[in-house]
Amino acid sequence: MLRGTPFHTRTAPLCQAQNWRRWAGYVVASSYELTHEHEYHAIRSAAALIDVSPLYKYLIRGSDAERFINHVVTRDVSKCAVHQVMYGPWCDEAGKVIDDGTLQRLGEDSFRLTSGEPNLRWLQDIAVGLRVSIEDDSDATAALALQGPTSRDILKDICDADLDQLKFFRLTFGRITDIPVTITRTGYTGDLGYEIWVETAQAIRLWDALLDAGRPHGITPTGILALDISRIEAGLLLIGVDYIPTHRALIESRKSSPFELGLGWAVRLEKDGFVGRSALMDEWRRGPAWVVKGLEVDWGSLERNHAVVGLPPQLPATAWRTSVPVYAGKKQIGYATSGCWSPTLKKYIALAHLRSAHAERETQLEMEITVEHQRKRALARVTDLPFFDPDRKRD
Amino acid sequence: MGKVNDAYDTIVIGAGHNGLVTAAYLARAGQRVLVLERSERVGGAVATEDVFPGFKFDTGSHRIERFHPSVVLDLRLAAHGLEIVASDPSVFAPTPEGHHLLLWRKAESSIESIGKLSAKDAERWKAFCGLVAKAAAFLESIYDNPPPDPLSNSRGDLWQLFRLGRRLRGLGKRDMLEVLRILPMTAKELLDEWFETDVLKGCLGSQGISGVLQGPMAAGTAYLFLHHQVGRKDGALRSTARVRGGMGNLARALAEAARQAGAEIRTKAPVGRILVKDGRAFGVALNDGGEIKAGRVVSNADPRHTFLELLDSTALSPEFLRAVRNIRFKGVCARVNLALKELPNFSCLPGEGPHLQGAITIAPSLEYLERAYDDAKYGEPSQEPYLEAVIPSLNDPDLAPAGRHVMSIFVQYAPYQLKDGAWDSIKREALGDRVVQTLAQYAPNLESAILHRQVLSPLDLENAFALTEGNIYHGEMTLDQLLFMRPVAGCSRYKTPLAGLYLCGAGTHPGGGVNGASGYNAARQILQEKRNN
Amino acid sequence: MAAAKAYDAVIIGGGHNGLVNAAYLARAGKRVLVLEKRHIVGGATVTEEVFPGFKFSVLSYVVSLLRPEIIRELDLPKHGLEILPLESTVTPMPNGDYLGRWADHDLTRRELYRHSPRDAEAYDDFGTLMYHLAYAVKPIMGMVPPDPTSLRPRDLRSLLRLGKHFRGLEPAHFYALYKLMTMSSADYLDEWFECEPLKATMSASGIIGTFLGPRSPGTAYVLLHHYMGEIDGVFRAWGFAKGGTGAVAEAIAAAARRLGAEIRTEATVSQVIVKHGRAVGVALEDGEEISARVVVSGLDPKLTFLKLVEPGELPADFLGAIRRYKIRGSSGKVNLALGELPSLTCLPGNGPHLRGAISISPSVEYLERAYDDAKYGEFSRHPYMDIIIPSMIDPGMAPPGKHVMSIFVQYAPFELNGGWNDQKREAFGDAVVNTLAQFAPNIKNAILHRQVVTPWDMQEEYSLTEGNIFHGELSLHQLFFLRPAPKWTDYRTPVTNLYQCGSGTHPGGGISGASGRLAALEILRDG
Repeated sequence: MLRGTPFHTRTAPLCQAQNWRRWAGYVVASSYELTHEHEYHAIRSAAALIDVSPLYKYLIRGSDAERFINHVVTRDVSKCAVHQVMYGPWCDEAGKVIDDGTLQRLGEDSFRLTSGEPNLRWLQDIAVGLRVSIEDDSDATAALALQGPTSRDILKDICDADLDQLKFFRLTFGRITDIPVTITRTGYTGDLGYEIWVETAQAIRLWDALLDAGRPHGITPTGILALDISRIEAGLLLIGVDYIPTHRALIESRKSSPFELGLGWAVRLEKDGFVGRSALMDEWRRGPAWVVKGLEVDWGSLERNHAVVGLPPQLPATAWRTSVPVYAGKKQIGYATSGCWSPTLKKYIALAHLRSAHAERETQLEMEITVEHQRKRALARVTDLPFFDPDRKRD
Repeated sequence: MGKVNDAYDTIVIGAGHNGLVTAAYLARAGQRVLVLERSERVGGAVATEDVFPGFKFDTGSHRIERFHPSVVLDLRLAAHGLEIVASDPSVFAPTPEGHHLLLWRKAESSIESIGKLSAKDAERWKAFCGLVAKAAAFLESIYDNPPPDPLSNSRGDLWQLFRLGRRLRGLGKRDMLEVLRILPMTAKELLDEWFETDVLKGCLGSQGISGVLQGPMAAGTAYLFLHHQVGRKDGALRSTARVRGGMGNLARALAEAARQAGAEIRTKAPVGRILVKDGRAFGVALNDGGEIKAGRVVSNADPRHTFLELLDSTALSPEFLRAVRNIRFKGVCARVNLALKELPNFSCLPGEGPHLQGAITIAPSLEYLERAYDDAKYGEPSQEPYLEAVIPSLNDPDLAPAGRHVMSIFVQYAPYQLKDGAWDSIKREALGDRVVQTLAQYAPNLESAILHRQVLSPLDLENAFALTEGNIYHGEMTLDQLLFMRPVAGCSRYKTPLAGLYLCGAGTHPGGGVNGASGYNAARQILQEKRNN
Repeated sequence: MAAAKAYDAVIIGGGHNGLVNAAYLARAGKRVLVLEKRHIVGGATVTEEVFPGFKFSVLSYVVSLLRPEIIRELDLPKHGLEILPLESTVTPMPNGDYLGRWADHDLTRRELYRHSPRDAEAYDDFGTLMYHLAYAVKPIMGMVPPDPTSLRPRDLRSLLRLGKHFRGLEPAHFYALYKLMTMSSADYLDEWFECEPLKATMSASGIIGTFLGPRSPGTAYVLLHHYMGEIDGVFRAWGFAKGGTGAVAEAIAAAARRLGAEIRTEATVSQVIVKHGRAVGVALEDGEEISARVVVSGLDPKLTFLKLVEPGELPADFLGAIRRYKIRGSSGKVNLALGELPSLTCLPGNGPHLRGAISISPSVEYLERAYDDAKYGEFSRHPYMDIIIPSMIDPGMAPPGKHVMSIFVQYAPFELNGGWNDQKREAFGDAVVNTLAQFAPNIKNAILHRQVVTPWDMQEEYSLTEGNIFHGELSLHQLFFLRPAPKWTDYRTPVTNLYQCGSGTHPGGGISGASGRLAALEILRDG
């Protein structure tokens, strides 16, 4: 049987929609209510409680831990202070992305790495001969994301940690009621928010405590559909959707480098050897062939395309995850991998892989749309990511 | 560039015979070469040592199959005291039924001996030798060069592939197909097609399994059998040779040649680490803490030791490391050295005689070998092991006190990985007992003739000669670990993924045995690369 | 009656390859006659009602490699072919646990993760690599092997194409393929996995039908076969034919008949008639002679060339090669009629696991020891078994509420010490049932009837020399341009107009039909 997460006994009765989806061999709620709209708005205007336990989690410890991780990931971990969190990708020898995730520095010689795909074998095989241990902590640790403008207030009510001092991408240890937790100020929504890491045995109590304390602040159990829209607004990539991890890519052209994914900022070429460095160095010199950018689809163009059949623009209610061609003139120069109507921005947006020559901001392109069974093209403008970046995320 | 300041052009890690060959060639080409050896003597597994007062043994390799002829000439090894003497007969194989087989350098003599066991086999002997000689000559042409690279598109490589194809076709239609057909076969399949005499098949088949954790019923053992026949154009199968005065004289001659060419050899200088900066090897750190810089580092150590012990895993790519970790070593050999007060007296051929000059081979049938393997497969030493014993004191009286003798016995299978824990003194002596008892079934006076006994388990071989898992070939010689796959795919030409680091040991093509080919090929490759730059 | 009638081609043996061959020849407008010795067609691809109401795929029992182009070109579904999925493989473990691999990827990953998180990860990576390698090997499966010694343009072109193909592979894939060809499945899997039952069950697929153990080099290659189906674009190609494997043969036979081929059963060929070095027809055991422009043999090379053709008609070289050709049988089959379903200690009662395969392969050592017995001429005391219960997915195979169980057993050497006889056969059957009872204690009480098929029976009843299910071992020196003999790998033979189309030719064993099809194409080339 596929498993529920450690929160399943709580989430199952709440899931009125009976709408579940798979995530790393677990089932999690797509949406709890019959539509996901309220859940989405909780992320942006109140607080959303999201079960993110299916993430893979690895505890990496030992006197060589920093050196080891620095050899694995593209970011410079020597610059990661204790209690800091870093996001970044890691690559194979050819400089193609294996996975991406957050790295929490729990102590001088102690880290927690999270990822969307399993990475134990890769990490262990590199660690041979180093004084470092890698422990798959995925089942032992449960995780909840508490995201939204009121999330800090909720935590402050029930947590003994100093949350006013907890900056963006930092972590703290503390207790929620009496439950020991690690709190990171991170998330997958691009909003003010936290992720809370707890021993599996305490998972249910944590859920109850948060829900109790959150009620006055509008806390809402939130599923993946709402999360998906918010992460597109935030310009965050989803592994397996926006890019294919190298280990799953059947052909070379399905692989992507960090530069191609718009993660060049996370590649520290100047640091001493790390896996993929020389390939990335070459690519950096040549310039990447592709880059991931945002597309804003022109509303007027959508209207015109639909007007032909006598309809106003018809847009999907949820985020889509299919590959959609993008054109410059007659030539296909890219493809969008996920997109949605942004309820906050009131725009139809998408994440797209574009040939570098066509990826300048403000470039006018066309994205394929389907209007009454007919393939059409709508004007779309290249934008930087993220689409949505509120000050409260960092403040 | 920066190399001008280096004290040495090349540092060779390990003074095994291949390391010495490489050092000598590089020094002859004008390089400043330093050889660093961890022990107090040179030669590695080519060693003659005073084990018991007055008794000297070849503790590592005890025979030589074919030392690379170019090396012998180029380095003028004869002038440095090397004398290789062929044994005749090469093999003496007693059988439990009281018969025996003798293989001589002259085919007619072998045929006569085989004829006593089977007229049919005697009749086929020459044809078999002919086929084997052809196949071996084909292999020889591959061995004297770096391995072919089937994927390269460089002109030189394509030319090499083409020449190989031509040489194969040059064998003639029938022989070409026959060679291609037998390469992947089992030793048993090959020998069953030709012969009916158990001891003949056992005796030949033993060459297909020597040093590998496989029995004669494993595919690829026919290849290994052919591998050991390389360089014996006269068709004298299983011919063996030894070094006058003991194998140590080969090491001495090589060291002498290297020194004379200008190489410096330092013993008792164990290397702890290869120094790496900016993705390039630039020297070594000794265990005592000293650092020595050089433009190039050549390792005679086996690939696992070189890449996993002497380097930090962050210096190499994860995929490469995985491949290195997957190299199978699986040592299966042990050694028993006996100091004897009298010669063994074989029931099938009593008294002294020329038969004692040959390699005394206990391999009465292929099934015997296969059953010996069965034990090892599950992590136990063979109940009845395959043995090959030599008595070098017959020709080199200096090796033992007057009237006494030394006998060294190669033992297989004694797996490095035992099912019930590591090798210890109890298991080692139990193995010694078993070996002596096995041989005593054929030479009953053996037990009473023994003055001293030394047993070297695979663990002892690992410790004594820095052989990972006690594998005498620096990595199993199986089809998947040969040619362009040796030591790992994509790294078979002595050059490693780490700039400035090279390999020259038996872990590279063409592999194990005392032949100097790896050292020779490595040196040539390095020099050629230098010319191209 | 048809004595006077001349055929374009007469095909000896109505096995699946012979039938495919006949269908393709008939499709090209040839007048074709298939002669089958038994009362039904199919050869080893046969379903028989062994006990009243209980139907068995007596020998071959799963369909995995049937060439998709054959399914398409002969339109087999229209002629009754229906393949039901075998969804899972469950390996009971001696400690009472089990290892399951299921149709659902997440479920399999979770299950593997339970045993070893590393292996769960490696399993996907392994699958990706195998997918690539299967894709790389695919063209070889569909080509006529060239003669590497020949200078004929066709052979040279073919060789060049092959060289180009392999040199065009990604280096990592080329090397991995080389390793697969030369390594033992146990060694190869050791590089990837640590979980014993997983390694054992996977390596078992490398030893099926061979006289080798999982530690014997050359067994790794067969691991690929499991992944072949995935790239062929036939959804659910791995499975069980509705009505048993005999239904596959029936479908091909129906297609062949529809295309005009004539099929005669209970017609035993005793000789290929050769005149002036050319095959001109066949003689039947009852004396009837049938002439044909072309004779095609679907039998194994030993039967074809050592029994049906006068030795004088064949060159000594070739005869020597055929005599040396290795064809040692190593497997047996036990078919059980059951009154109730087996209840596994590790997964008691009925459940989805009974719709898939149950593999008795707890460890590599278990398999290797099973091989050791056979090496020295005994059947395995504790054999490897691949078990399916066809009635779980195809209720028509057994009376309502009852079941049939098909057990593929290895090892059972053809050359048994003292030879096979009734007593040995039953002892072998007992060894199988006793071993199974260790994992499914109710099995003994559930058995209503038992059929034990030894390699000897396969030879005597099904014309498989030495009981070898692949018409010759699939070892490296008997593959591709060496199968069955050098220079005679393009389905032709030293006798003009005599062709071979059985599994003893490239690409060999399994119900693939590839040999039959490629042979037909070669025959048509010759006109």
